[in-house]
Amino acid sequence: MGYYPRRIAMTRVRLTGNIIMARNTILGVFAKSPIKPLEKHIQIVVKCSKQLIPFFEACTAQDWSEAAKIRRKLSKLEQDADTLKRQLRLELPGGLFMPVDRADLLELLTQQDKIANKAKDIAGRVLGRKLEIPTSLQAEFSTYLERCIDATEKAAEAINELDDLLETGFRGREVALVEKMISQLDAIEDDTDGLQITLRKNLLAIEKDLNPIDVMFLYQIIDWVGDLADLAERVGARLEILLARK
Amino acid sequence: MEIILNSGSTFVILAAVVGFFMAWGIGANDVANAMGTSVGSKALTIKQAIIIAMVFEFAGAYLAGGEVTSTIRKGIIDASYFIDTPELLVYGMISALFAAATWLLIASALGWPVSTTHSIVGAIVGFAAVGVSAEAVEWGKVVGIVGSWIITPLISGIIAFIIFNSAQKLIFDTDKPLQQAKRWVPAYMFLAGFVLSLVTIKKGLKHIGLENVNLGFVNFEIKGAGGFYLAIIVAAIVAAIGKFFVSRLKFDETLAKEAHYANVEKVFAILMIVTACAMAFAHGSNDVANAIGPLAAVVSIVDNDGQIAAKSAIAWWILPLGGFGIVAGLALFGHKVIATIGQGITHLTPSRGFAAELAAASTVVIASGAGLPISTTQTLVGAVLGVGMARGIAAINLGVVRNIVVSWVITLPVGAGLSIIFFWIMQATFG
Repeated sequence: MGYYPRRIAMTRVRLTGNIIMARNTILGVFAKSPIKPLEKHIQIVVKCSKQLIPFFEACTAQDWSEAAKIRRKLSKLEQDADTLKRQLRLELPGGLFMPVDRADLLELLTQQDKIANKAKDIAGRVLGRKLEIPTSLQAEFSTYLERCIDATEKAAEAINELDDLLETGFRGREVALVEKMISQLDAIEDDTDGLQITLRKNLLAIEKDLNPIDVMFLYQIIDWVGDLADLAERVGARLEILLARK
Repeated sequence: MEIILNSGSTFVILAAVVGFFMAWGIGANDVANAMGTSVGSKALTIKQAIIIAMVFEFAGAYLAGGEVTSTIRKGIIDASYFIDTPELLVYGMISALFAAATWLLIASALGWPVSTTHSIVGAIVGFAAVGVSAEAVEWGKVVGIVGSWIITPLISGIIAFIIFNSAQKLIFDTDKPLQQAKRWVPAYMFLAGFVLSLVTIKKGLKHIGLENVNLGFVNFEIKGAGGFYLAIIVAAIVAAIGKFFVSRLKFDETLAKEAHYANVEKVFAILMIVTACAMAFAHGSNDVANAIGPLAAVVSIVDNDGQIAAKSAIAWWILPLGGFGIVAGLALFGHKVIATIGQGITHLTPSRGFAAELAAASTVVIASGAGLPISTTQTLVGAVLGVGMARGIAAINLGVVRNIVVSWVITLPVGAGLSIIFFWIMQATFG
């Protein structure tokens, strides 16, 4: 962790250098676009949360060293997303004139980042307790997990339309397309809610045969996995707000 | 009076040298702003930008620079005030050139955004108002010029907003943006060609002694409707050439729908070559006067043996001198300056750049036709903000915009102050 602040400080110096260089030309007027970094950020976030699929496979197989390896990879991706998030914030000072509201953009970024944080929490908690998903729930759980990851992928798909939205001046067909994606995202989230209810019900049915503390954490993990889809939906909502303003 | 008869040629040579240096500075430095958007959006390589700038800056300066040169020469100062003391006008104009050139040099070294137009106008007003008398200045015209500095960025912003929105409606927000782009882009080229050639033909050509253009089979009288038809023909030729290059583009058909805009931008990149030419032309037509306007005034007084002629043409060699000065500056330093731009990562696509450039070039060239010395950079900034208002640009650095505006305010008193100092020095030297 220790080297991050220094890396950011270096970035800042480089940025200032660019501004000085370009100051006496018209190009200084064009600030760095936040759109590509924002798209990159959610791509990393999705890649990070996708690690949960092989991670839970390893857990099911009780291959804890493999699980630990995947968790490290996941954690690394989460850190990458964090770095990018900080960099983007630094590059987005006030006094920029943008087609979208700066506060909305930063809020969107925060929401995106929360997905990666949640994925890391899930992996950390499961690995820490060597928590096993009961055999009878395993198939159901992996369907649920995959559906939640689907939601994050859909959110990324919508975010990836931002550069095309810029091309079209944030209006017209492109906005309609993104709105369609957001409603698909909402549908996926609804789906995960249904899956979660069934999963909880089935867990309730077998919980008396399990270690009570494990059960407590199982409920928590089910919640957290569901949070991935919730957070993805919130990314979609923030994107909608971003488009609605102005 | 006598001093002019005795050392007239000294003054002319002095003014010509400083004027050439000033033009050279405009070429070396200011051109980066005119070509920046094209290079920044990768529509042109640095080499292409230099070649286009050389050809079109010269053409703009020579063919369409006359009207603004006249304004700088005799539109700011009340010449009748100097009838008995023409030497004061000669000193003043040379001082103004020295002042503007010095300020250009200092500001460039420090990397400040600087407007040569504002420094030369400030310098001329400065020496006349303080060095001679407040009555020697045509305040009405000065107010008009200063007013144009506020209005032109605004107009150019509005035009850019309209052009960008029209491109959105006609091309981007349609089912088949690529086909629409192929159809409409030549129309924008026509527009660019038409505005530029019309202003040039109607307002510029008379300064180089052209009254009709004879194409062999048909003769165009530029004063009448002939000039209008000629402009249409030039615009049609521009559009046809553009259409030819667009038709030769190779598109990556394998690209999925979302990458469609990448193909559309390729069409706009061709349009941007046209608007870059327009921008260079417009810049040459307006900014050359900053260097050679005062020179033209000095030459006119010396050639008339100290008489301040109310009506006299600009000496034939002055406009080309300014043009060559700009080209020389470009050739020597333009590469370095534009390369700096090329390195900076810009997040500007040709479809935005063209709207800003077309709006700015049209505004500047119309101002040139009206004889208004304006700032190309500020007009372009106005256009960029116009595209920004249409939600077309990812992020605009308002801090830099503010710097450019501040430079415009600061440059006036600085130009005036320097010019007054040089004026007193010249007075003390030549008596």
